[in-house]
Amino acid sequence: MQREAKLVQGNEAIAHGAIYAGARFYAGYPITPSSEIAEECSRLMPKVDGVYLQMEDEIASIAAIVGASLAGAKSFTATSGPGFSLMQENLGLAVMGEVPCVVINVQRSGPSTGLATKPAQSDVMQIRWGRHGDQSIIALTPATVKECFTLAVQAFNFAERFRVPVILAADEIVAHMRENIIFPDPGEVQVIDRKKPTVPPEQYKPFEPESDGIAPLAAYGSDYVYHVTSSMHGLDGYSNNDPANAQWRVAQLHRKLERYRDEIVMTKSYDTDDAEVLLIAFGATTRAARAAALEARKNGIKAGVLQLITLWPFADKEIAAHGKGAKKIVVVEMNYSGQVTGEVRRILGPEKDITLVNKYNGQIITPKDILEVLK
Amino acid sequence: MKEQYEVIMAGSGGQGLVVCGIILAQAAILEGQNAVQTQSYGIASRGGFSKSEVIISRNEIMFQQVQEPDVILALTEQAMKMYASGEPDRPVFYDTTLLEKRSGRNLYGFPFTEMASLLGHVGTANIIALGAMATLTGMIKTDSLATVLTRRFAGKVADMNIKALQAGIELVTQD
Amino acid sequence: MSHATGVGYLKDGCLPHMWCPGCGNGIALASMLRAFEELGYKKNETVVVTGIGCWGKTDDYLLTNALHTTHGRALAFASGVKAYNPKLNVVVLMGDGDSVTIGGNHFIHAARRNIDVTAIVLNNYNYGMTGGQCSGTTPSERYTSTTVYGNPERGFDICALAEVAGANYVARGTVYHGWDLKEHMKEALGNKGFSMVEVVSPCPTHYGRNNSMKQGVEMLKWLKEKAVSKEKYAQLTDPEKEAYFVIGKMVDKNEPDFSTRYEQIRARALEGGAKR
Repeated sequence: MQREAKLVQGNEAIAHGAIYAGARFYAGYPITPSSEIAEECSRLMPKVDGVYLQMEDEIASIAAIVGASLAGAKSFTATSGPGFSLMQENLGLAVMGEVPCVVINVQRSGPSTGLATKPAQSDVMQIRWGRHGDQSIIALTPATVKECFTLAVQAFNFAERFRVPVILAADEIVAHMRENIIFPDPGEVQVIDRKKPTVPPEQYKPFEPESDGIAPLAAYGSDYVYHVTSSMHGLDGYSNNDPANAQWRVAQLHRKLERYRDEIVMTKSYDTDDAEVLLIAFGATTRAARAAALEARKNGIKAGVLQLITLWPFADKEIAAHGKGAKKIVVVEMNYSGQVTGEVRRILGPEKDITLVNKYNGQIITPKDILEVLK
Repeated sequence: MKEQYEVIMAGSGGQGLVVCGIILAQAAILEGQNAVQTQSYGIASRGGFSKSEVIISRNEIMFQQVQEPDVILALTEQAMKMYASGEPDRPVFYDTTLLEKRSGRNLYGFPFTEMASLLGHVGTANIIALGAMATLTGMIKTDSLATVLTRRFAGKVADMNIKALQAGIELVTQD
Repeated sequence: MSHATGVGYLKDGCLPHMWCPGCGNGIALASMLRAFEELGYKKNETVVVTGIGCWGKTDDYLLTNALHTTHGRALAFASGVKAYNPKLNVVVLMGDGDSVTIGGNHFIHAARRNIDVTAIVLNNYNYGMTGGQCSGTTPSERYTSTTVYGNPERGFDICALAEVAGANYVARGTVYHGWDLKEHMKEALGNKGFSMVEVVSPCPTHYGRNNSMKQGVEMLKWLKEKAVSKEKYAQLTDPEKEAYFVIGKMVDKNEPDFSTRYEQIRARALEGGAKR
């Protein structure tokens, strides 16, 4: 039987994607424009033997998902700007404690409480650098409702595989948009579970990487007993302030992601082979960029689009490769500073013709806005 | 019939414009088309400017917002001012129960709300409008809209909505 | 009859402990581990969640599962552990800073939610680890390194706060009254719902030194004399009450905990009983 396409909102698709990936614990604090994820989880989680826990704030929300993850759950939370700011400290704990979990940040217009119902893509650098202490992070960003689903699954897969928190950086546009989507059947999309220890319990060290660079993670309540701490720790999870240990540990947190960089960094390219103008976009603005590129081609301008699906780690190699042949680079993003543009400039150098097309007034960038600079 | 139709439904929060857009998009999906529904709203759930946009297409929908609307529904003076003065060939439907009647060959004023309350519930005003818009533009089969309504609603509510749809269809076919 | 020592939960090589001479943390820890042993807690089924502070460093001594967290947030982490796996024994160790100062919001909400964790709050009326600054429980007019002219604010009554927020079990003990303390902890651990034991404990290094009780012994004497039963406290005159405090059990209820109620939600969800 052919499965029926459904009209689904981006936020709902994220919730369904998470549950498809095996998420069975959601903790959160409602905030526009992410609240539909909480609402959907409050309905679905009790039906799949999962838990929906509405916490007192976003600090508690991320704390709860870390706790649940260590008890063996695939867990996640969803928020927007102000809540994401509150989550930073415990997000750092998830990095330090190597706790798999997913944080959905549906970006909205700031600064501060800003334009609460309007879209933005202005948390790019906060996602990367928002926490104190030097640390790496994975962030993915969907442009369609279908990608809301598939990247939610992918976010969990990365989180589980690499024992890291993963940010799914949506924006208000894609989160509130409804599109037709066919939900995949179980087994149709790959789902990865965390690696569990196989050594006898007395030999288990929760922070000792195996040959793949990743340490297996037991669950509280299993036969394995283990410690996790936000403070500097040794392989056994107990406090360890030795400089050599700290040096190794900080590097390890970065290296485990560096090693798999090529698998983590995902991009999509549209008509880039002969492109003289390369549009670089991510999230919902990709759609305006693609529409603009097609329109430009009708007018004889060879334009192509590079969509950054993975926002962090940054697509240095891919941008270098695609940008080399292009005469002109146009970066499309909904923030004032050109947070991605700066990265593109770092990669392609000051000589390159790089133009920023941006809006930061809560309004959506249109193909027309982009075509203006392609003339 | 065109490959792609773009629709704007504008008014104020609480007028059911988002649901109306969803019904149109769902009907398009039933027909095997692609659909995107977006909305723009303010802080208030009730009142304040609200807009629901729908694009239905036989192709991939790239930019998600309406750029060149094929038909417009305006339910407040503010919405009417924003959209009625556009292209002379672009049909604009408006509710004469709520708005002053005005003339213009692209303006389709009908007492949607009054008709809806006679049918039993003012909430069906949008469905009357949708029936009229679908019939005039041919963007979607009204049967598809009816199927969505019977799936979405049950019993008396479904009957009322089907009547509303029919009333909307007749508004345009009578002309 | 031999008494439980709790030593089986203690990591080798931890004694003598890191805490200052005269600190009450050792007694509190011993009381807790004895309670674990008497209740037959298995290490793999027990998760001790700690915050930041002297008492929050206790996880380094334990052979149970442990999660050492950020300042004030231990209860929120613990809520996630417990909500996902209600079979675990979840014990949360916090100081007065963690529990009712920086983490006050989590404290009242954990109690309101009636999540089945046991909070053991070590109250020494100041921030011992960072040099004895004032906290949310430092009493009015007392001296700390940030209230050198006397504290202009009032301190929280942790037990009263837990009670009004809806805790199932509330008790206060002191490290002078070690046996009672262990019994309170046992009852708290055994109660299904949010349980809280406040442990009044000396910090001679800072709070004592700043408030004319330089020696650990002086502070223990203070606990011995000023900690009284509810009945005895009621007989005191109002001015006298300023110097005394009540110890003993304050609340012992059996209201259903979060997980029990969530099971009902699951049953309703499967029946399709959503309101909207």
